[in-house]
Amino acid sequence: MSSIGTGYDLSVTTFSPDGRVFQIEYAAKAVDNSGTVVAIRCKDGVVMGVEKLIASKMMLPGSNRRIHAVHRHSGMAVAGLAADGRQIVTRAKSEATNYESVYGEPIPVKELAERVASYVHLCTLYWWLRPFGCGVILGGYDRDGPQLYMIEPSGVSYRYFGAAIGKGRQAAKTEIEKLKLSDMTCRQGVIEVAKIIYGVHDEAKDKAFELELSWVCDESNRQHQKVPDDLLEEAKAAAKAALEEMDAD
Amino acid sequence: MNLADSTQAMNNLLGSEADSQRTLYPYVTGTSVVGIKYKDGILLAADMGGSYGSTLRYKTVERLKPVGKHSIIGASGEISDFQEIMRYLDELILYDNMWDDGNSLGPKEVHNYLTRMMYNRRNKFNPLWNSLVLGGVKNGQKYLGTVSMIGVHYEDNHVATGFGNHLARPILRDEWHENLTFEEGVKLLEKCMRVLLYRDRSAVNKLQIAKITEAGVTISQPYALKTSWDLSAFKNPTAGAEGSW
Repeated sequence: MSSIGTGYDLSVTTFSPDGRVFQIEYAAKAVDNSGTVVAIRCKDGVVMGVEKLIASKMMLPGSNRRIHAVHRHSGMAVAGLAADGRQIVTRAKSEATNYESVYGEPIPVKELAERVASYVHLCTLYWWLRPFGCGVILGGYDRDGPQLYMIEPSGVSYRYFGAAIGKGRQAAKTEIEKLKLSDMTCRQGVIEVAKIIYGVHDEAKDKAFELELSWVCDESNRQHQKVPDDLLEEAKAAAKAALEEMDAD
Repeated sequence: MNLADSTQAMNNLLGSEADSQRTLYPYVTGTSVVGIKYKDGILLAADMGGSYGSTLRYKTVERLKPVGKHSIIGASGEISDFQEIMRYLDELILYDNMWDDGNSLGPKEVHNYLTRMMYNRRNKFNPLWNSLVLGGVKNGQKYLGTVSMIGVHYEDNHVATGFGNHLARPILRDEWHENLTFEEGVKLLEKCMRVLLYRDRSAVNKLQIAKITEAGVTISQPYALKTSWDLSAFKNPTAGAEGSW
């Protein structure tokens, strides 16, 4: 996959002879280098988790949020360049409030995903703009039930049962595929996401990380919120225990 | 040529070009709101009437609404402008919640926001035609304030809008005291609302009482006050002024 696009990779408005836009692929590399983001759609909601790599011991725990609320019923987890992510979240918030003020109901998650994808895609069409260097996982709950979407720097957006982006995405996707999501409640899902993130975290390369977890489910009254502290601690403990079990083998 | 120019300039001074977009008169209006501080928090009372001029057109208008976790708002005046104010407040609270930083807007902040909104609209000659009461409790501190359509704002232990200022506040000045219990507070408010019902032509006998304490907001179900029309003063009202009605 590491091909050098000499000459064809200077601008996002240039195609290479084999039909690729290298700038977009490079943008995706920025996402691949960030901490893992994992999200799953359980039967009663969506759970999102982020492996927030801590750059310095001086940082206050709980700062540098990677999961943001976009509206009452939906939230976004960001991987990649944090500042680019903030821009996307702001745009999503504004799309959501605009939709509600025009149509009188909360924006359907599908519509929000399309609008965000459209915005991300916009920045791949002009030479004087650069693509966003971040991928976004959007989880929400509307009248069609809980839904999970992922938007990549290229502007594509697909709906998923389970999605992962960032460093440990390959391993995370393998773990997600082992889960029986249609039978799982979000309470159980939270524990599973924590286990996956602790599992894919590379102790050798990146030292410390903070786990950020959020959900939108029946239990949270279909509102997007941080996972309650007691459940978060339970999840962390279960994840650490599972790691030790693996190490013991 | 000159005359046309000056009238154009005059129009622009008074507001946007489309003058039909400015508020000139209210259409569907709510009457008084009365609010008092009591031992555990704030009590607000308002009836459920929406008058269309002199007609008592709508009788299930909720004029008391919660705002976020710590405040309640009561509005009198143009109902459609109140609905618009609620949209602004809902967006304000939504953005505040989305920060998810452990902080939330208290009654003092919401009151200030409303004051700015009302005053700035008034300066553009396009007012929101309401008188608002904003009450709440945050971190044990009780707060009760009011804003009018021209942006006049103040806080006090008891406030009222419209006719309530003339009929209810004198009663409150005499009978309000610190540390009213909930029952005493409700009785006091009902006394005020009864006087308003007798004497304000736009009052209807269907009211709600809203309570806010540190624990949260409760807005009562609508109910009616008992009235007594066989008081001797009502029996022969023209006794002292023959010929009048």
